[in-house]
Amino acid sequence: MNDRQILLRALRAPSICRDLSNREWESLLALSDRARLTATLAWRLERHGLEDAIPPGARRQLQASRVFADFRNRQILWEMNRVQRVLRKADFDVIALKGGAYLLLDLPLARGRLPADLDILVERKNLAAMEDLLLAEGWQTTKLDDYDQRYYREWMHEIPPLRHPERKVEVDVHHALLPMTARIQASPELLWPSARAVEGSRFKVLAPEDLVLHAVVHLFYDSDFDNRLRDLLDIDELLRFHARREEGFWRRLSRRAADHGLTRPLAYALHCCHRLLDTPVPADARLSGTIPPWLLRWMTLLIHQALPPPTTHRFAPLDATARWLLYVRSHYLRMPLRLLLPHLAYKAWKRN
Amino acid sequence: MKIAEHSRPELTKRLASPDGLRLEVGPFSVRIRSETGVFPPFLRSLYADFPLSSPETVADFRIRLRRPKTFRRFLQPQIIFESDGQKLFQPFPLSHAPPLFEWGLNWCIGTRAHQYLILHAAVLERGGRAVIMPALPGSGKSTLCAALMLHGWRLLSDEFGLVRAEGLLDPIPRPIPLKNQSIGVIRRYAPQATLGPEFPKTRKGTVAHLKPTPASVARMRETAEPAWIVFPRYQEDSPARLSPLVPSYALLKLATNAFNYEVLGAEGFRRAGRLIRRCELYSFQYGHLEDAMNVFDSLPGR
Repeated sequence: MNDRQILLRALRAPSICRDLSNREWESLLALSDRARLTATLAWRLERHGLEDAIPPGARRQLQASRVFADFRNRQILWEMNRVQRVLRKADFDVIALKGGAYLLLDLPLARGRLPADLDILVERKNLAAMEDLLLAEGWQTTKLDDYDQRYYREWMHEIPPLRHPERKVEVDVHHALLPMTARIQASPELLWPSARAVEGSRFKVLAPEDLVLHAVVHLFYDSDFDNRLRDLLDIDELLRFHARREEGFWRRLSRRAADHGLTRPLAYALHCCHRLLDTPVPADARLSGTIPPWLLRWMTLLIHQALPPPTTHRFAPLDATARWLLYVRSHYLRMPLRLLLPHLAYKAWKRN
Repeated sequence: MKIAEHSRPELTKRLASPDGLRLEVGPFSVRIRSETGVFPPFLRSLYADFPLSSPETVADFRIRLRRPKTFRRFLQPQIIFESDGQKLFQPFPLSHAPPLFEWGLNWCIGTRAHQYLILHAAVLERGGRAVIMPALPGSGKSTLCAALMLHGWRLLSDEFGLVRAEGLLDPIPRPIPLKNQSIGVIRRYAPQATLGPEFPKTRKGTVAHLKPTPASVARMRETAEPAWIVFPRYQEDSPARLSPLVPSYALLKLATNAFNYEVLGAEGFRRAGRLIRRCELYSFQYGHLEDAMNVFDSLPGR
């Protein structure tokens, strides 16, 4: 079997780890480190009761990765604590997105996950107030030139990242789940009435269906090269978790996707999760009728090809092409061509 | 089998093979691939007593020293340090492959081995009891550590105090990098000591590596019980003076100087706290190595 996909295989069916050679363990750990998924892998192995099957060298690395993931999660929780303090001076609601929300909800996927920064959502009308509050309490805008400032403020769904000089976690304040320039507009106003309160926290979290849809949007629209597998795993874990607990979850999910105009991306995501991670998506919930089957297969193939993280020592032209296609696609979806082409040209020029 | 029992061509061949060479370094197994002829002689002389890991081990770190494939290689050959296929630092001049390897391996351990509380300190042991010497700027810790090892102490490490969950220390007795004047000081102190080649103009000036004593390497699987924490300070021509330290100060200095105190969170605090409680705490000022040896020969303990 293809070594490049060993990480995907181990995450899908952890029991294969019983039969790995030491070289395969090394390939697996190298890939999981690169994808920042070693601690996630560690938790999956534990959940499947496979600790005894792990050779000592690998066990040390998995243990160390868990210590580090706990540290990152503590940093995010602490940043939330600091933001929460500031919010005493505000009378509007704030939603914690992604990693922050998973931690607040204590979802199993939060364990071992390495959140890069803290993402929060406010209503557009409160955006300026939120930014002013944070700036007044010591957060600073990370140094960006005028072009970047304009890029964020005119086109994106978030303001330029803020960071407190004493801490390392960036705070991204969003007002929507998708860039303003995107051709699909998930309706931010729909998110607020169904957002849920969290006991003991000033933050709210998205309703379960919206949590999934946000993760879906992230997978297809955010041009992050290395985290695609993590995004897919997030969706997989959210689906598994909520399908077990929430009555009528699948029906509500597809209805919600339709309300947001996100049926197509959801269909792609469900198909990918089912095919690549064995996510138990019921056949009648897969929205198969909404997209031609060849297109579904093609997209799954592309995602599959682009999942292994790129390495410097071995150039894999197929992977690179798939990553490039998805990168271009994500940008194409984010912006109309008349904005996109000048933007990519500017970025290319800056890089040289 | 030990490194020195392999011929240089054999080592070169092993290093160049796709599986590389698996070196056992204290608690870690390191898989090394290297395409440069500069590295094998260094490995063979300074890691002479280290064993190769069994081929069945899963390596903790997977390292490759690679020549970049740019046009520049014809003018000014360079070397890259890769961990898991990821380039970690800017390229070094090819001749500096050995210090790049040492520095890169330090980086790997310091940023990843979070199963340990990783102190930035030299650690040595005698009579079953270990002394920890935190590396504060101007401490002259490497010189003192080298002299103590040559004076009969067992080297645990010149760089890392690896504190296990139960509080014992794991050895990782790698070559000691001596810098600038220290090289001459140690050559004069112990003319019989084996030093590697001098690498001029590194980030830290001239560096030469001191080979760990065979006894230290032979016992690198043996943990040691921490007994003293000594904060050394070198002061030219000063008489040797050992003075007791208050625990609060020692804890603060030890913790803030560690590589991953924050990463371990509450567990880091617990491990550092237990360490402080079970050790005698001293600051130590010295101007001559011979005086220092006398003091360390009779370190007051419980």
